[in-house]
Amino acid sequence: MQEYLDIVRQYDVLGAFWVNIQLAFWAAMLSLALGSVLALFRISPIGSLQWAGSAYVTVFRNMPLTIIMVFMVLGAWGQLELSLSTDFNTNFFWLAVIGLSVYHAAFVCEAIRSGVNTVPIGQAEAARSIGLSFLPAARLVILPQAFRGAIAPLGNVLIALIKNTTVAAAASVATETSSVMKTMIEFRSDYIYAIFFTFAIGYVILVTPIGLLTTSLSRSLAVSR
Amino acid sequence: MDSSGSARAAGEHLGAPLVELERVNKHFGDLHVLQDIDLTVRKGEVLVVIGPSGSGKSTLCRAINRLETIDDGDIRIDGEPLPAEGRDLARLRADVGMVFQAFNLFAHKTVLENVTLGPRKVRRVPKAKADEEGLALLDRVGVKNQADKLPAQLSGGQQQRVAIARSLAMHPKVMLFDEPTSALDPEMINEVLDAMVQLAHEGMTMIVVTHEMGFARKAADRVVFMADGQIVESATPEEFFTNPRSDRAKDFLSKILTH
Repeated sequence: MQEYLDIVRQYDVLGAFWVNIQLAFWAAMLSLALGSVLALFRISPIGSLQWAGSAYVTVFRNMPLTIIMVFMVLGAWGQLELSLSTDFNTNFFWLAVIGLSVYHAAFVCEAIRSGVNTVPIGQAEAARSIGLSFLPAARLVILPQAFRGAIAPLGNVLIALIKNTTVAAAASVATETSSVMKTMIEFRSDYIYAIFFTFAIGYVILVTPIGLLTTSLSRSLAVSR
Repeated sequence: MDSSGSARAAGEHLGAPLVELERVNKHFGDLHVLQDIDLTVRKGEVLVVIGPSGSGKSTLCRAINRLETIDDGDIRIDGEPLPAEGRDLARLRADVGMVFQAFNLFAHKTVLENVTLGPRKVRRVPKAKADEEGLALLDRVGVKNQADKLPAQLSGGQQQRVAIARSLAMHPKVMLFDEPTSALDPEMINEVLDAMVQLAHEGMTMIVVTHEMGFARKAADRVVFMADGQIVESATPEEFFTNPRSDRAKDFLSKILTH
């Protein structure tokens, strides 16, 4: 047991989880912002914006995340020379955040849109009838109700996002959990099961509260009609 | 004849044309829901639109603030043609009040917030002033004590009166009522109609799609009868209800009057 704890400390397992939490946090913020804009596009009265929104969703939702992450490193950074930091590791971290964000924004968009579908059309008509144009009506009337209706699906996207941060390994983020786990197993294969369960259970502990929280929030914030 | 009815029927209180429809046509697929509609509503006039379901009366009402687009023809409000989608249309809608069958109060906002949202965000009225005026309007329709509740906590009749107050808060030039009492339990209909009658007597220009003949007789200057997308008859309430000219209107009235 003591040896196991030493290994966990030696390879900084908690630090590895902290990297994934940070990846998840920034990707959640960015994908929420981008996904909300995409959802606005998709419900807007302007045809070309609707088209752009649904084209984005179709492309990124149906593309493997690993390929996006590899592109961020080999394509965006390697070929297009997109550099987000002079520090090597920080640069890969943010490339991974962007890869995760563009991918999950498609799912966020669809979650919000499912929330919009819980808002009766009469709400939009009433908003327009008092003279609100599209953006104020969306901001003041439709989206506040849509977000409440979208909490459960948004929670599912967040859960997927947290677990998908492990794909950052494909974007050369070497300090995150799946990379660290691989290294640990490589050097301490005598502890392979313990190492494996440490990470598996770690994610269960990390993700479970999110599911519980979103379920209770979606109940308590539900719009009564 | 009811005395207020006869005074209104004389039409002396009516001003210049406020809502004008000229050869308005609209299709839903193969269905020709509005067929060459010509209609003029003058300032201060209370017009009741009546007719069987599917006759196009709701569509007509919704077309006036462009919740339904029309295929061709002209709609003018206060001399201005109805603008296409955009800022001008929003400005026009602010001047045209609308009360819906399903109330459509903003479900996530309190009663008072429902009434003050338009004045604050569209008219840029400061919060304190909007609140003060909102409470006065809620008082006028008898629901001031519900100001801090959410719409779902109110009865249907109360919600509809809040919806009327919400429209009034914008100081509209004309108010449209799309079957305002059809979704209400019978015991709540009168409280809404009373608020509407009061409004009519204060000189508001109103276009009311309804089957409430009591309201038509008490408050309307004119009844328009629609069937199959056409205006079949236009008369004073007294003329229309006691002596309908067309067979369609006679048939319709006999059906709603039998019981």
